[in-house]
Amino acid sequence: MRQIAIYGKGGIGKSTTTQNTVVALAEMGRKVTIVGCDPKADSTRLILHSKAQTTVMDLARERGTVEDLELEDVLVEGYLGVRCAESGGPEPGVGCAGRGVITAINFLEENGAYTADTDYVFYDVLGDVVCGGFAMPIRENKAKEIYIVTSGEMMAMYAANNISRGILKYAQTGTVRLGGLICNSRQTDRESELIEALAKSLNTQMIHFMPRDNEVQRAEVRKQTVIEYNSTHKQADEYRALASKIENNTKMTIPTPLSMDELEALMMEFGIMEM
Amino acid sequence: MSIKETTEFRKQVVEDVLEVYPEKARKNRRQHIAVKDEGCASCAVKSNSKTVPGLMTARGCAYAGAKGVVWGPVKDVVHISHGPVGCGYYSWGNRRNLAEGEIGVDNFVPFLFTSDFQESDIIYGGDKKLETIIQEAVDLFPNANGVSILSECPVGLIGDDIESVSRRMSEKLKLPVIPVRCEGFRGISQSLGHHIANDAIRDHLLGKGPAREVGKYDVGIIGDYNIGGDAWASKKILEEMGLNVVNIWTGDSTLEMLQNGHLVKLNLIHCYRSMNYIARHMEDTYGTPWMEFNFFGPTKIRESILKIAAQFDDYIMEKAQQVLAKYEPQMQKVIETYRPNLDGKSVMLYVGGLRPRHIVGAYEDLGMEVTGTGYEFAHSEDYEKTLPALKEGTLIYDDVTAFELEEFVMKLKPDLVGSGIKEKYVFEKMGLPFRQMHSWDYSGPYHGYEGFPIFARDMDMAINSPTWKSIKAPWAK
Repeated sequence: MRQIAIYGKGGIGKSTTTQNTVVALAEMGRKVTIVGCDPKADSTRLILHSKAQTTVMDLARERGTVEDLELEDVLVEGYLGVRCAESGGPEPGVGCAGRGVITAINFLEENGAYTADTDYVFYDVLGDVVCGGFAMPIRENKAKEIYIVTSGEMMAMYAANNISRGILKYAQTGTVRLGGLICNSRQTDRESELIEALAKSLNTQMIHFMPRDNEVQRAEVRKQTVIEYNSTHKQADEYRALASKIENNTKMTIPTPLSMDELEALMMEFGIMEM
Repeated sequence: MSIKETTEFRKQVVEDVLEVYPEKARKNRRQHIAVKDEGCASCAVKSNSKTVPGLMTARGCAYAGAKGVVWGPVKDVVHISHGPVGCGYYSWGNRRNLAEGEIGVDNFVPFLFTSDFQESDIIYGGDKKLETIIQEAVDLFPNANGVSILSECPVGLIGDDIESVSRRMSEKLKLPVIPVRCEGFRGISQSLGHHIANDAIRDHLLGKGPAREVGKYDVGIIGDYNIGGDAWASKKILEEMGLNVVNIWTGDSTLEMLQNGHLVKLNLIHCYRSMNYIARHMEDTYGTPWMEFNFFGPTKIRESILKIAAQFDDYIMEKAQQVLAKYEPQMQKVIETYRPNLDGKSVMLYVGGLRPRHIVGAYEDLGMEVTGTGYEFAHSEDYEKTLPALKEGTLIYDDVTAFELEEFVMKLKPDLVGSGIKEKYVFEKMGLPFRQMHSWDYSGPYHGYEGFPIFARDMDMAINSPTWKSIKAPWAK
């Protein structure tokens, strides 16, 4: 079983990329579980065709404690047998969403959510690694493989570098490694080259350049992945390509995060930042 | 041994005891320990700094200082320990701050209210729950004159907005609801908790009550928590002097007293450490003067009575003289009874806010000598106030560790140790008489003329109990 965590700047397309890629893996016959680690609980919407999934924390709150839950209440099978769980958590600005992620992941593990026949567990994690709770998926004995979704936009790259710093911390004390950057294109100038260069500086690879295509949005409004919505579309093949690259990926590295100066120099080199 | 030899011996004891520490810890701890020598050449004591990790300290936390010390004794207020149940439960009823009143009607001191945080309260935030329990508490106890919210660690970590809940509920219930941000991880000891609690009183209560006329003999007692009835004993003396004690902070205290603390002619401070902040604030803002006093033992009581009376007119001075004339012969009898049993005996103390210095005189009245003393959470001004009260050769230890105190006691061989519940059985098992000097060991009061006979009796009872003849101290073997 491979456990994979997907990080990246908020709004970069982590959940969309994860779900489309997971469906491609499922199509290849793999048994996959997605764990949404975001109080917004929208990491499984395209697989379950609804956002109404009961989250671990919401149900725990309703019943009293997490000990009162049964696994089948919160782990639901969706398209192509992909199993889905959402940690859930508070509305923005209150409580501790990080603790919610910790509690939910522990619950899933302790209650045998990851069965022996599981090939992949994907953790789709909220935005930046803001606190210990959001680093939970990359701690010991959890995800050993991380992909960062980014684009050629400055803030997305800035976030990718920051996340690398978080990974470095856990890589030094554990076995977690960076598997690569996924460039979710925003059609900025020389985007592919820039992310290739960033990846090189971070001691990793750009595992795939995901072109921008409106078919993704068309599928999304129907609460579907591209493969389900339009299986023969070229964008579906892009996700299949990413899935197979992840399946065959052997380049697992300890990242070398950049200093702010280095990151800015890189951006200047590619003309994003003016002097 | 001459005084000089004693001083040198004790200095050597300090070196010997610190010897076992790694160099860094030894260097740190040496700054916190001193022996008073001639001219006080080397008796500066470092204080109010972080405990060395790994050493066993007797310190508490900010929550302990705010809830246990300052807010807990306010009797007509419901105090909510906000967070997981442990902080509330284990701080429930262990301070002997007595309060008069009908329990559950106008006295809530013996109760514990807690929001009993669960995992989901951490994750989703506890503000709504807090709102509910404030409402429930006030519904259950409609006579409560206010509610205090004493924040435990997790509340600060998750950023709950207890201030806005308090404001909202205060408007809704037409009652003061006071948020106290005393998360235990703040600061290095309970001392910051006292300060935070003082600030909460300043921000939410002081000057906001139904004001009253200030009588010419109105005084307040500040920093007396009525342990075993201490504040009542102090109040008795002041009232016999013709003064009118209108406020006590916070032993047997009411919310109204906290609102009107500044409306007195003079504030009298017993525990300077825990309440100097608010006393200074009342002086700066309302011009209410304050002074320290000490009602432990007849010598200090005399000094304090005269010092207090000097702030008022001839009438009060005359009454003060009458008080002295009335009680001093009684105290003389107490001394005559107990001094023969206690004369020349030595005591080592390790306590909290004021007693390591305030109680020295009471022991001396009984012919006893304080050979070692120290504070858990004092600041440098506390040690400055302490040094003049001590004899040359006295060992002074700040935030003393369990190891150090045991070693010091074994080497200085006092006849009595006075400290807290955690130390009590350690020393008793060594065969040493011990008195709890935080709680008075279920006894008290020790303040005032009422307290001194009890104090003398208790010390005699401890030191001269036949029990100790059946046990030998380790060094006596």
